[in-house]
Amino acid sequence: MARMNMVQALNSAMDVMLERDPRVVILGEDVGYFGGVFRVTEGLQRKYGEHRVLDTPIAEGGIVAAAIGMGVNGLKPVAEIQFADYIYPGFDQVVSELARVRYRSAGEFSAPVTIRTPCGGGIRGGQTHSQSPESVFTHVCGIKVVMPSNPYDAKGLLISAIEDEDPVVFFEPKRIYNGPFDGDPHKPAVPWSAHPRGEVPEGHYTVPIGRAEVVREGRQASVLTYGTMVHVAEAAVRLAGVDAEIIDVRTMSPLDVETLCTSVCKTGRCVVVHEATRFSGYGAELVATVQEECFWNLEAPIQRVTGWDTPYPHAFEWEYFPGPARIAAALKQVTEAA
Amino acid sequence: MAPRSRLHVPHPPARPGQEPDFSYLEISPAGAVNRPDITASARDIENLSLEMVRVLDDEHRSVGPWNPHLEAEELQVGLRHMLLTRLFDDRMQKIQRQGRISFYIKSTGEEAVAVAQGMALQPTDMLFPSYRQQGLHVVRGRNLVDLMCQCLSNTRDMCKGRQMPIMYHWGSGNIFTISGNLATQFPQAVGWAMAAAIKGEDRLAASWIGEGASAEADFHHAMTFAAVYQAPVILNLVNNQYAISTFQGFAGGEHRTFAQRGPGYGIPGIRVDGNDFLAVYAVTQWAAQRARASAGPTLIEHVTYRAGAHSTSDDPSRYRPKEEWQAWPLGDPITRLKQHLIVLGEWSEERHARLEKELEAYVTACWKEAESYGTLTGGPALDPLTMFEDVLKQMPPSLVHQREELRALQASAAKQPHSAPSVAKKG
Repeated sequence: MARMNMVQALNSAMDVMLERDPRVVILGEDVGYFGGVFRVTEGLQRKYGEHRVLDTPIAEGGIVAAAIGMGVNGLKPVAEIQFADYIYPGFDQVVSELARVRYRSAGEFSAPVTIRTPCGGGIRGGQTHSQSPESVFTHVCGIKVVMPSNPYDAKGLLISAIEDEDPVVFFEPKRIYNGPFDGDPHKPAVPWSAHPRGEVPEGHYTVPIGRAEVVREGRQASVLTYGTMVHVAEAAVRLAGVDAEIIDVRTMSPLDVETLCTSVCKTGRCVVVHEATRFSGYGAELVATVQEECFWNLEAPIQRVTGWDTPYPHAFEWEYFPGPARIAAALKQVTEAA
Repeated sequence: MAPRSRLHVPHPPARPGQEPDFSYLEISPAGAVNRPDITASARDIENLSLEMVRVLDDEHRSVGPWNPHLEAEELQVGLRHMLLTRLFDDRMQKIQRQGRISFYIKSTGEEAVAVAQGMALQPTDMLFPSYRQQGLHVVRGRNLVDLMCQCLSNTRDMCKGRQMPIMYHWGSGNIFTISGNLATQFPQAVGWAMAAAIKGEDRLAASWIGEGASAEADFHHAMTFAAVYQAPVILNLVNNQYAISTFQGFAGGEHRTFAQRGPGYGIPGIRVDGNDFLAVYAVTQWAAQRARASAGPTLIEHVTYRAGAHSTSDDPSRYRPKEEWQAWPLGDPITRLKQHLIVLGEWSEERHARLEKELEAYVTACWKEAESYGTLTGGPALDPLTMFEDVLKQMPPSLVHQREELRALQASAAKQPHSAPSVAKKG
């Protein structure tokens, strides 16, 4: 086992797959010679050459479309969109093409493309470097949507995504690239080397897509969350002094309903947390699912803690960010309800 | 053996540790390119997209048909604006390095583009800049304090703390809000110009993108709409040789000039020495006259060099030779205009040094004032509750509710000094 931060773990996943499978190619803006603006593809072009790791023009629509074409022609492209906020010029190619090639050709054509993209705020990135658009993509049938919360899962899930025969949109919460973040920006940064999930095997392994994980067992309530917010939820549970179970959803689509609902049926109380905006956010899907599956076990109305329904403001990111205090308040609310 | 295809990957002329090499750059002698009538059709002036309009020669004289014959006083104003833009940039970069603002983007080496163009246009013309044309604000007389306050996200921030530094806007100055998403403003400028034509106004629109961003589909949208409707718009492509780490070959510049895309759409394309203040001024004036005469849009490729990093988040020493800026064959726009004025007998090194000192002091004074309106970490702060405003003109009930939720959280946090900082008020 090696100690890796999330950047290194993701890099290792692509390294392993470039080595194992000659069909794997990496493409994106600044990913080649430079190694990516977040250094996730560092060294890969040097190791595997310019035909395996390609710098591209600045054109997200072109990147996704070219990846589709490569996928249709037998390659396994891993496309990087530099920030999730920049993915929209490629949106038509994702929604109308990538997600539908298999269906509309009755399985005769398919494009096994992985789209990696950093998401989330907390880096003073303002509204164009902080978005969490996962629900925009979970609403599209025909793609899988993943967001890891630690280096071990990041590598295992990315390998699964690359090996998957279907397209995967892979969100990387950039606030936790270098260390887990508990929602307090004033505390010194904690590195992944001090975290158990910073231990990552050097070689090939997978974390299955479609499986959530119980990251903290508890009896009084269930917190359903993913990405950066897993760590913030852990801090909130300590702050609230509530014995809550925390579920890292990990794969937003397809959803591991069983793991989530087993927990909520056990605790009878549920808080859904995400950094993205609230209205029509992914939390609405989680709440609806829990309501359908756990209605007779619920002891309190389900609470959602999310970003506000505004663009991510540069100056007020910590007032915007759904920090531990808000999550703790929601935990108290569900546990103190009759 | 049967021929096999092989993928071409563009290679920059030099990498770190190698000698800078700009032999790929085709440069016309100053004064060599003809200046056609503004009503010329795109197909008759295709040569303008291949050659390079230049006015300042190697002896710093202004020559040829594109010489705009500006008064010395105007040239001095241009020099002042460019110098101020550079000193402002340098100061803001230093301030970012000290952690007092979160981010910055300099325009060093390309000041002539925004400054000469801003001066050649009318104040009523509408500008849709990218993030490296701060010179436009300088030309239009914006108080630097306003720009600094935006970078500080303080109580005088025009964006009310919502945008990253340098994402300025100026309604009364006719400068549109800068987007962090690339190239989006290019076709919007065309739409604005179409509206001006629909309304029968005498105003034109101008927009700027980098050569890197010209790979986005928005470039194509802008060119198509501008050509179809012959919109009164000036579309500026600032070819500063680099996107972030990728050289202009990755934007399609290896095989054709960017200006040559114009004729493909039926739009005149002009390639200009972007570091030649007079040439930039002259081609802008030509394109503006053309737009105002309903003779249609113009694509201008400004050949320049990004002397600094892409942004404060970038480290160019990782991907290009450090010595490139010194080796750049088109020189420094400020030095060139300064030398021209000296040759004219209208400037001197002493006056230049004096001006530099004066502008330095001005920038310092502006910064002191800007800081007094608050910084990211101290002083007066904007009310976070304002973040809910302007999502829609009328705040919907859901946002009223969320605003009250935050207000209550802040009130309870104020009562418990040790509560989580996510709701703590800034000091």
